[in-house]
Amino acid sequence: MEIERRSLESRQASARDMLRGDLEGEDLERYVEERVVTTTFEKMLNLARANSIFPLTFGLACCAIEAPISIVTARYDLARFGAEALRASPRQADLIILSGRVSIKMAPVVRRLYDQMLEPKWAISMGACSSSGGMFANYAVVQGADKFMPIDMHIPGCPPRPEAVMYGFNKLQRKIMGNPDQGWRRRYNALGTEEWARGGPASKPSIESTEAYELARELAVTEGPAGA
Amino acid sequence: MPDGPGLELLRGEIDVDAPGAVLATSYDKERATLIVDPARIVEILTWLRDKPGQGYRFLSSLHVADYLPAEPRFGVHYELLNRERVERLRVKAMLPAEGPEIDSVTPLFPTANFQEREAFDFFGVVFHGHPELTRILLPEDYVGWPQRRDFPVGGEPVTFTYSEERYG
Amino acid sequence: MADQRAFPQGLVDEDPAAPTVADLYGELDADRTTEVMTVNIGPHHPATHGVLRLVVDLEGEVVRDLKPVIGYVHTGIEKSCEDKSYWKVIPFVERMDYVSYFFQMEAYCGAVERLIGLEIPPRAKYLRTIFLELNRIHSHLVWLGTTALDLGAISMLWYCFRERDRILDLFEMATGQRMHTRYFQVGGVIEDIPLGFEEKCRQFVHDMPIRVGQYEALLDRNEVFLQRTKGVGIVSHERLLDLGVTGPLLRAAGDPWDLRKAFDYLAYPEMDFKIPVGTVGDNYDRYRVRVAEMVESTKIIGQALEALPGGPFIADNRKYVLPPRSELSTSMESLIHHFKLVTEGFRVDPGEIYYAIEGPRGELGCFVLADGSAKPARVHFRDPSFVNLQSFRDMAKDSYVADMICSLGMLDPILGGVDR
Repeated sequence: MEIERRSLESRQASARDMLRGDLEGEDLERYVEERVVTTTFEKMLNLARANSIFPLTFGLACCAIEAPISIVTARYDLARFGAEALRASPRQADLIILSGRVSIKMAPVVRRLYDQMLEPKWAISMGACSSSGGMFANYAVVQGADKFMPIDMHIPGCPPRPEAVMYGFNKLQRKIMGNPDQGWRRRYNALGTEEWARGGPASKPSIESTEAYELARELAVTEGPAGA
Repeated sequence: MPDGPGLELLRGEIDVDAPGAVLATSYDKERATLIVDPARIVEILTWLRDKPGQGYRFLSSLHVADYLPAEPRFGVHYELLNRERVERLRVKAMLPAEGPEIDSVTPLFPTANFQEREAFDFFGVVFHGHPELTRILLPEDYVGWPQRRDFPVGGEPVTFTYSEERYG
Repeated sequence: MADQRAFPQGLVDEDPAAPTVADLYGELDADRTTEVMTVNIGPHHPATHGVLRLVVDLEGEVVRDLKPVIGYVHTGIEKSCEDKSYWKVIPFVERMDYVSYFFQMEAYCGAVERLIGLEIPPRAKYLRTIFLELNRIHSHLVWLGTTALDLGAISMLWYCFRERDRILDLFEMATGQRMHTRYFQVGGVIEDIPLGFEEKCRQFVHDMPIRVGQYEALLDRNEVFLQRTKGVGIVSHERLLDLGVTGPLLRAAGDPWDLRKAFDYLAYPEMDFKIPVGTVGDNYDRYRVRVAEMVESTKIIGQALEALPGGPFIADNRKYVLPPRSELSTSMESLIHHFKLVTEGFRVDPGEIYYAIEGPRGELGCFVLADGSAKPARVHFRDPSFVNLQSFRDMAKDSYVADMICSLGMLDPILGGVDR
């Protein structure tokens, strides 16, 4: 106990010295080694993105009771994963959860909501209905939301339990952290649809993004549709 | 619910005021049904609603059923309720397969507004005198009457491509 | 008018050169009329409780006209039902009104049972009653949480969903699913309740009135809540009846009409419960009626648990009901019955029936038309949300936009039920 307290005190002292700029030489190096992790900017950005997702307050049918409402309440508490701030406007959200069946009347609306969200954006298709049409194989339901918008994660169930939704959500977080390029543009044959702010010199894209854009365009032209 | 003899008495009373309007009666599964002439549906329902001693003032439900091989093909069902005597009475008007049309009862029972629109939406039954007879649940540009029996259910067959590729 | 300053007096130094309102904005037109503006709300809007779209004519902040546009979750369930055998229809009808799934099942199963003349055993009646009333509380809890959230009382959401999870635990214990349980079967219920269910249910029945008291303590003396609900959204009793409105909306207007009392079905005739009614029919009465209904429902559950009879939980008619699992390995006949029921389903003689029960939102009717085959020729639901939504224009007309949101919450439409 005494030793722990002493080591704590010495650590506090060294931190204070560090802030004052008094730490030097070997001490400084050891301090830096202990506390600083080097990584790429991209990885850090993805870490931040994955842990501060703003889901859209959007419900379609049965699953809406379970996913946007039930998982933010006390028992399941999505706030543990940094996603409790639901946003009602698609322009402020970066995750859309399709919770329920998508009818032919609703599909254009959903697509429009997805288009209004700013990139980077993700989409979870929750439940059997929005993933594949589920049991409703009939004239009124779109047989899978894949048909009109890209989906990053499918959660099975009818409706899925909140635990299942959270598991899917964690999977999505890993996906965001591990692979910044989701690859959905290739899967859904949507290369060249990237949104870049263009116009005046102030909004000129960085060289990297311009190159990526041109490359994507080129690929789309030369290679044709993905999977063809 | 009026029982079998009660239903016949009711028919007799209607026949006094509106002769020939009731085509048939049926009493099945403890439910009484009057099958009436579709051209005189408003007359009958007004009589049932306003005649002293009747008082079927509450229209529970209005729906259409498709009796496909039969002719006349469409049946418009009016589920009436007398809340004082706690009695239900079904009035049914049969419509032909070609151009089914009937007078709207929305002026009589405002609750029929949405339900007649729904019947029009799904079966193409035209209700004359309805304030706004448009599609209600399906998109406005939808073509067809999807809940008729001869309309295909739709959907897609499920393909198991993974198993097919793997196991032939 | 001429010496009216653009800034309130006293706030800025008196300066004769300061611009007047007229200088800044021009002379106000004396006979200027307010313009009516049409605003679209939804289908994606957090306050519409689903994908309801409202086209609202606004004069300033006052709603002058309103038109609900529905059909955004139209699923074609009634059509799909025509393509399934009778017992496969049950999971479909559950997904219509997705917070009162037990009621949909009861309406459908009850209609089919009356069509084939099948009497269900007393234990099944009591079990069904228990689950229906649990579901009624569940439905009202979802309503109370989301509506209070719309009115700014966010903590109600956490409390209501805490109790909702307890109900769902009970459902899960008995049926294995949280939502869409498919527990009711033609002829009874699919399985008996497990050991320990009664005790857990009794604990819930004991706790729930206390919780309801806590909700009331939070809301009943909340000045904001009272101001926003009292005297808002009144529709006359005659107009409500004309529009076919049933359930808590009608009872809030002082009409004690409840199908549980009017028609005898299940174990309700043996239960002792009251029908809460309102006096004025405003949004506050609607809230009070529903909250009181929750307490009455707990009473019914308690009585049903006390009087729960023994015996079979499903009818013993092998023509319509699956034989018990244990018989399959010993009896050839049972195996044949099982095979026939699972592959083809049972056939129902031609006939048609309309069977209505009291759902959490009003009269929930099911119309089944049988044509003699193993599949129903038509399944139609008279959904209370669909019919009640017609009264929304009367409720919200000539009130403020904020009151319209309140009225919509108190109307409690479930869009899955509206669109089916």
